[in-house]
Amino acid sequence: MSLRQPPLAAVHEAAGADATEFGGWEMPVEFESITTEHRAVREAAGIFDVSHMSEIEVGGPDAEALMQRLTSNDVAALDPGDVQYSMITDDEGIILDDTVVYRLPSETPEYLFVPNAGHDQQMLDRWTRRRDEWGLDATVENRTETYAMFAVQGPDAPGLVADAVDAADADDEAVDDLGRFEADYRSIAGVECLLSNTGYTGEDGFEVLAPWEDAETVWDAFDCQPCGLGARDTLRIEAGFLLAGQDFDPEENPRNPYEAGVGFAVDLDTEFVGRDALASAKEAGPAQRFVGIRLLDRGVPRHGYPVTTADGERIGEVTSGTMSPTLSEPIGLGYVDVERADAGTDVRVEVRGQAKKARVESPNFLDR
Amino acid sequence: MSFEIPDDRRYLESHEWAHRDGDAVRVGISDFAQDELGDVVFVELPDEGDEITAGEEFGVVESIKAVSDLYAPVGGEVTAINEELFDTPELVNDDPYGEGWMLEVELEDESDLDDLLSAEEYEDQIA
Repeated sequence: MSLRQPPLAAVHEAAGADATEFGGWEMPVEFESITTEHRAVREAAGIFDVSHMSEIEVGGPDAEALMQRLTSNDVAALDPGDVQYSMITDDEGIILDDTVVYRLPSETPEYLFVPNAGHDQQMLDRWTRRRDEWGLDATVENRTETYAMFAVQGPDAPGLVADAVDAADADDEAVDDLGRFEADYRSIAGVECLLSNTGYTGEDGFEVLAPWEDAETVWDAFDCQPCGLGARDTLRIEAGFLLAGQDFDPEENPRNPYEAGVGFAVDLDTEFVGRDALASAKEAGPAQRFVGIRLLDRGVPRHGYPVTTADGERIGEVTSGTMSPTLSEPIGLGYVDVERADAGTDVRVEVRGQAKKARVESPNFLDR
Repeated sequence: MSFEIPDDRRYLESHEWAHRDGDAVRVGISDFAQDELGDVVFVELPDEGDEITAGEEFGVVESIKAVSDLYAPVGGEVTAINEELFDTPELVNDDPYGEGWMLEVELEDESDLDDLLSAEEYEDQIA
């Protein structure tokens, strides 16, 4: 099956980007070097093409009810323009996907949610099937190839975005008035975009949904380092953010939100698929917890490497890892038994059969 | 993009090079390989005195994004390793044929070198 292409595929190729397959899409992994791009985001700003992310739009009289019953957080708490991190769980409370839910800036509740790359059809099917089963009056549309999505991230991102937003909007405090996890329509290079104060790097930043056909115009409005998925991965690992399919996977690594450290995105006072299972799971407490792991010996922790005690007893595994460009130290994310999950716990990571000294830490290595 | 392929050494299909200096053969990876890997962050090498066998794994090079095995272009006893790479693995990116060398082997079988690709053959392979 041929890979799906973002609208700027030719632009990225002309810029010399290396491409990789991700979630059924062919996406830029690296423009210059992962380290260069990573540092640009930590020290100045970088722009990522994340058009492979899925977008599903939900409208109609029962839009709020449908969203409330299929996502774990409290959708009713959202005002127009609010953005919320949430989980999509199955009946057992296992995370099928994590997502960002936008309540679109309109009076009647309309939503757009962003599942991970390649999950659009699966989520469209889930939403329409449940809507029909529950007899709700809601529209569900796949907008994945309607919107390009860019992320402008880094300490200089607010200034860059303010500069890029057209003067008519800029007079109206275009960027400063968007609080964290808020979104609104803004004109960028003459193109109406949905701009949100969100990101996946641990930095200040914005994400932009632009019409697919205007992607290049909007991309060109930002003068900063283009970054690929390689830097996006090292940045999110340092910030301790989950990656679907790697840090959780309903088939290969089933996790509930409490194990995965995202219990804050679950509101048990709402009714949603998986709610009862999660209420029990919360009461029982997780057997394992999502943690950061810093390697103290030479090596790089990678997905699937076992975590053990000093005596060799297996207590968990690494799900993501890298050599941190910010810390210049090998770091990872993963799960360990809850009694070994406190920061400072001395553990080992088995790197190609060799037990390397390591320490459990908070998943957020950025200390901010 | 064109890559540097010096003709004073020979190459393995898996992108390692071997450069003979007397009885010693110095080993590293090619400019093409370091570019494919991206930022090299870790190199695992055998110890001095270990024996390595032509065509078999002798170590690992890790970039930020991937782990790759290293294959021996020639066999013999490891007489030196480049310890600089433990603290500055980026030398492999910066100078793959010079400061980024990995180890030296005392050549046991002259024919090992004959089995390797010439610079021209290697260039054809990566074209």
